[in-house]
Amino acid sequence: MQALCSQKKNPDVDILSISCHIFATESPHFNITNRHFQLMSHYRSITKQLVISILLLTVVCFDQQIFAQDGKALFQQNCASCHAVNKDLTGPALAGVEERVTDKKLLHAWIRNNQAVLATGNKYFTDLYTKYNKTPMNVFPNLTDGEIDAILGYINIQAKAATAGPGAEGGKVAAKETATDNSLLFGILTLILAIIVLTLLQVNANLKKLSDEKEGIPSYEPVPFWRNKAYIALFAVVLFVVGGYYTIQGAIGLGRSKDYQPEQPIYYSHKVHAGVNQVNCLYCHGGAQDGKHANIPSLNICMNCHMAINEYSEKSEKLYREDGTEVNGTNEIKKLYSYTGWDPAQKKYANEPKPIEWVKIHNLPDHVFFSHAQHVKAGKVACQTCHGEVQNMGEVYQFSDLSMGWCVNCHRETKVQFTQNNFYSIYEKFHNDLKNGTLDSVTVEKIGGTECQKCHY
Amino acid sequence: MEQKKYWQSFGELNNSEAHQKNAKDEFKEELPFENFDAQGLTDAKTPRRDFLKYVGFSTAAAAIAASCEIPVKKAIPFINRPADVIPGVSDYYATTYISGGDAIPVIAKVRDGRPIKIEGNELSTWTKGGTTSQVQASVLDLYDTARLRYPIANGKEVSTFDAFDKMVADALNGLGGAPVVLLTSTVNSPSSKQLIGEFLAKYPGSRHVQYDGISYSGLLLANEATHGKRAIPSFQFDAAKVIVSLGADFLGTWLNPVEFQRGYTKGRKINQANPTMSKHYQFESMLSMTGANADERFTHRPSETGSVAAALLAAVSGQGVTGVNGEKLKKGIDKAAKDLLAHKGQALVVCGSNDVNIQIIVSAINEAIGANGTTINWAVPLQNKAAIDADMVKLTDDLNAGSVGALIIYDANPAYDYYDAEKFKAGLKKVRVSISFNEKLDETTELCKYVLPANNYLESWGDAEHKAGYVSLLQPTIAPLFKTRQWQDTLLKWTGNATVYADYLKNFWIAKLGSNDNYLKALQDGVIESTVTVMGSPVFNGAVVSAAVAAATSGKKGGKVELVLYQKASIADGRHANNPWLQEMPDPITRATWDNYVMMAPAMGKELFGIDLTNNTQSDQYEAFPDKPVVKIKVGNKGEIELPVLLIPGMQPETIAIAVGYGRSEHIGRAAVGVGKNVYQLASFNGNTVINYADVTVEKSETKYKIATTQTHSSYEGRHEVVKELTLTELIKNPTRILNEREEELKPWGGLENYAKDGTIYPVYDRPGIKWGMSIDMNSCYGCGACVVACTAENNVSVVGKPEVLRAHDMHWLRIDRYFTGDINDPESIQTVFQPMLCQHCDNAPCENVCPVAATNHSSEGLNQMTYNRCIGTRYCANNCPYKVRRFNWADYTGADSFKGNQDEMNDVVMMMNDDLTRMVLNPDVTVRSRGVIEKCSFCVQRLQEGKLKAKKEGRPLEDSDARTACQQACSADAIVFGNVNNSKSAIAKERTENKNRLFYALEQIHVLPNVNYLAKVRNTDKLSGHEEGGEAPKELKEPAEHETTK
Repeated sequence: MQALCSQKKNPDVDILSISCHIFATESPHFNITNRHFQLMSHYRSITKQLVISILLLTVVCFDQQIFAQDGKALFQQNCASCHAVNKDLTGPALAGVEERVTDKKLLHAWIRNNQAVLATGNKYFTDLYTKYNKTPMNVFPNLTDGEIDAILGYINIQAKAATAGPGAEGGKVAAKETATDNSLLFGILTLILAIIVLTLLQVNANLKKLSDEKEGIPSYEPVPFWRNKAYIALFAVVLFVVGGYYTIQGAIGLGRSKDYQPEQPIYYSHKVHAGVNQVNCLYCHGGAQDGKHANIPSLNICMNCHMAINEYSEKSEKLYREDGTEVNGTNEIKKLYSYTGWDPAQKKYANEPKPIEWVKIHNLPDHVFFSHAQHVKAGKVACQTCHGEVQNMGEVYQFSDLSMGWCVNCHRETKVQFTQNNFYSIYEKFHNDLKNGTLDSVTVEKIGGTECQKCHY
Repeated sequence: MEQKKYWQSFGELNNSEAHQKNAKDEFKEELPFENFDAQGLTDAKTPRRDFLKYVGFSTAAAAIAASCEIPVKKAIPFINRPADVIPGVSDYYATTYISGGDAIPVIAKVRDGRPIKIEGNELSTWTKGGTTSQVQASVLDLYDTARLRYPIANGKEVSTFDAFDKMVADALNGLGGAPVVLLTSTVNSPSSKQLIGEFLAKYPGSRHVQYDGISYSGLLLANEATHGKRAIPSFQFDAAKVIVSLGADFLGTWLNPVEFQRGYTKGRKINQANPTMSKHYQFESMLSMTGANADERFTHRPSETGSVAAALLAAVSGQGVTGVNGEKLKKGIDKAAKDLLAHKGQALVVCGSNDVNIQIIVSAINEAIGANGTTINWAVPLQNKAAIDADMVKLTDDLNAGSVGALIIYDANPAYDYYDAEKFKAGLKKVRVSISFNEKLDETTELCKYVLPANNYLESWGDAEHKAGYVSLLQPTIAPLFKTRQWQDTLLKWTGNATVYADYLKNFWIAKLGSNDNYLKALQDGVIESTVTVMGSPVFNGAVVSAAVAAATSGKKGGKVELVLYQKASIADGRHANNPWLQEMPDPITRATWDNYVMMAPAMGKELFGIDLTNNTQSDQYEAFPDKPVVKIKVGNKGEIELPVLLIPGMQPETIAIAVGYGRSEHIGRAAVGVGKNVYQLASFNGNTVINYADVTVEKSETKYKIATTQTHSSYEGRHEVVKELTLTELIKNPTRILNEREEELKPWGGLENYAKDGTIYPVYDRPGIKWGMSIDMNSCYGCGACVVACTAENNVSVVGKPEVLRAHDMHWLRIDRYFTGDINDPESIQTVFQPMLCQHCDNAPCENVCPVAATNHSSEGLNQMTYNRCIGTRYCANNCPYKVRRFNWADYTGADSFKGNQDEMNDVVMMMNDDLTRMVLNPDVTVRSRGVIEKCSFCVQRLQEGKLKAKKEGRPLEDSDARTACQQACSADAIVFGNVNNSKSAIAKERTENKNRLFYALEQIHVLPNVNYLAKVRNTDKLSGHEEGGEAPKELKEPAEHETTK
């Protein structure tokens, strides 16, 4: 058994070799020669990167849709590992469940303790149980009526949204296109204006020359603009400023691997799992609640579902890699079986298992301490805030640049669970200020979240 | 004002030139600046052109490097993750530290499958989570590169255990009935004892011999004579108001220091409302760590121990002090006797001697003062030392007589630590079958035909009963790293028992505990404790006493100079000599690392070498350079040994002391190579027991030898007021003395109340939420160094090796400063104070505002933060730190970014610490620092963050137990209290309010506002040494002139 790659600390702080180090370990040019891990974005010009990041930022601003709702959270915590709203998984699709079981009381009883309902011999549920291979459903004795209603409410909304789905998607695309149009427009406008300015300057010079000739002032041989010292100087300054800007931006960007999207040993689509089938992130990445690593799930977690799900349905949306080639989902599931040693025919683990060597996408430098638990469990930050809309990604790419500026910015803006979490009760002063109205919220920065030794020690 | 003169070095005492220079200069060596006065810049070694070349090269190099690719990293998940293992989250397993007979219940912190830190098990009622430096360092032994990796027979590797077993079985079967002897150190594992019985039953005529390098036979045999029990009772220092120790270093190395520190501490903690404390008398020949903590200390020659004990017995029996030389000693014995009698039933006498007669006398004293049943508990005997020297002597004779067929050795190393190692070695050669189970190829193992590598305790199953009725269990915390097998498994196999030891142990304890559940619970807790409440004492047999007195006092008088062998608090018996953490831990008294040496009184030094330490020039010559004079010593006809000399005040003037445990063979590891000399052979056998003192001739040698001491490394630049001390009577008479002194001193800047605000032109910041603070009670710090090693282990503090310590490049984040007071030529007047010194996390830190890149700054929680990535290594901060706690990485000690050949200047020890195997011990939550950055105590910020997160996850306010520093946790004496000062219910807030009268801050007057406070040392004595009575407060105490000129 092997744990995740061990995280030996190995800071790059040696003053003499610091530059070498940064360059040696953190360049955006990924190893494209490695045939297994050919990268989609092995090279991009700095300009393109910049434009795209601006675009993405704009899009993200329009597109903040991560609002935790009780029903959603409850659904994800309790149901999502076996149920989806619009799709049969280990358990049936839940859309329209209230129409199918009209007796609300019975439905609640079923959700809380299905075994008890089965024991009463209810026909509908017994049939359902048989239909789903007599896989017992978990019991949820602690769910209150209100919570179950919230879940059902969420299911209703999702079911409706599914029918109206394409429209919403369209809206997003439109927003994207608008943003593209705008910047292109600005670019063209700038270009046109620049040409006009140049033309006017030229015209002005010509007119001056004409008037000088008229008044008999001897005129010099006209200097073409590419030999005009003023122009050259201007050009040089502009080039220096613009070039310098991009060089610095580029240098800062060295070692950052935003958009890194390596090919993985198995084409694992988060879109299929977290998007279409709505498996809760924490079902697989449970470590995010407990420790510093979110952890890639061990293979037994995959097999919880894939013992039953052994093919990618023909009817489902087709899967494509970034380069446009089609992926055969069923084959990818077979790859999983070959790793785990599962024989679907005999329905047992027949062969020696071997670990999957996933390519690590999100790499923080060793001198940074980052804890998922701090953010996910204590801070209640949604996964998508940093990882982007993973539920819409085929193979995952690095959404954020994971730079220090990016971290610090978020710490400046994000509000802590100040009144909800009793830990913060010790900050009496801030509580008083909140009551008085002298303070409207407490950000991470306010409680020391931008200090060095919160992340570097 | 404090009028007592405290000094760390003789130079400081004399205010010598070297000391003044040292106080002025931050760094011990000249900085590599070139002198440009006479020449132009271009003529210098590194002129401008070179500079440009380097710039050009590095730019080009950077450009080339930039075109390199980021390496592809893999993340490999478990195939089937065990339910409780979460990658990146530490698990804690209860197990037991085993070293010889010592068995300390511990908790191993296991991170991603590797044990990385050992902590005390707080469920154990006798250790209560206390540890020693050896326990803290033991995790490094697991990753020792010199560990045996496969079975060896006749010097060749054996590929499988089965093949090995067959070879041994054949050999044992071919013995033809010759007896088998199993030689081990003290075994107190109940299941192993049963197992040994079963094994020996298979070989008729065979026997089990226990042997301890450091023997307690004298005590065992004396108790047999006086109480009819060959046992060592528990000594309950917690119940003792008067403690007399005759040369027993019970706080450092004697018998069971963890428990003794705990008990002793009870009498040293002072309740401010009603100050009382125990009184500790120490009679000894050398200055031991325990002696340094004594309230009253008297010295005598080692050969006089019997007379002193007899005199004390006579005195407590009302016959007056007789038979000892020296007025002071007489008075001391008289005083101690009176005190003992006045506290009958609350007094305890312990003695470090291994002489049966002396121990009988001590036993009689204890009987006379009513110790049995009150401070001596016979119901729970200590079982960590059970070896009888005579058994080993007989075995050696048998070996030489050729009457032993096979010798099986586990964890005993007589070829190194036996007084007559040569005879043992000769005997070992005559044995037909010699087998050793060992982790290392030590001096004995390398002479054995069959060598079976044993597991480290962290890889083992097991049980141990250090104290009768107090069992602790071992469970493996990692799978064996090498092809090793636990010795019990081997014995089981050879007995013909097919069960593995894990099951054997399980069955053994299920039978005792009743069920598997109980066993699992015991395994989880790590301890099984019976509750024995009756102290009961066997009948005392006084008949043997008079003979013992006669024998102990009639012995021949010692020669001109006597030698006493002792154990260091770090290296102890030498078992862990390849542990660089222990080797680099400065000795509490001498502050020396990486060597053993001759401890000698200054008077003898003057006589031998003409060094007069009261003379500035001579003391500088001796002290300012690492080269120390060397002596040739000779005991009887045992060959000459050359060892360097350290002059230590407080030594008896005719006695020298040398630590055992050094001079190990090169096979036990790279860290032990060339470190010190072995002196075990200087001990002798008196017919009953091994005696650790001898007459010695000392002769001056012309050579010099470098000793790496750290005592003069950190100077307070002439500032005083670092330590505060007062007597118990003073504290009772004038409880607020220290408080008043502070008030007086701070008056010009607003007094105590407004000092923080008014004493500065800087703004005062809010500390909402948490403000971390630490309090160190100097009254319960005994200098043992467990905290130093704990800090090293927790914070990846690098080992630098002897050459670097010599250059004052030691890296310890926490050091224990040792101060002497008194007259260096009067050993009785010498009093010692220990002060743990670490980053004080000043709220107005002088280091912070001199950093040009803001690499060190203050957190809202009151931490002085150090950001390694920002640090450019100007060392301004270290210069400006008044406590000298900042450490600079002069080289790449941890190999964090060295490639092969880039660490040439490093010595072998550093390279050993950089081995991939050894690096497994690193704490993944703490950055490994590399060359060119400053580092220092962080208050274990990784633990604070973890503790806060735990509280946040549970949605509750922070509690004291959430965040504890490594040093605090390691301390057996609870000298360190840490927590959130803002929480008035926290232990730290209580410690500060309840001890106002003793509280002080080091160098408070310079307004750095430390977050670490100290509680003044209280000595239960009449008078403090060096105290100038009635004198006016010297002016220099405020701010010496030299300081003003330097800054």
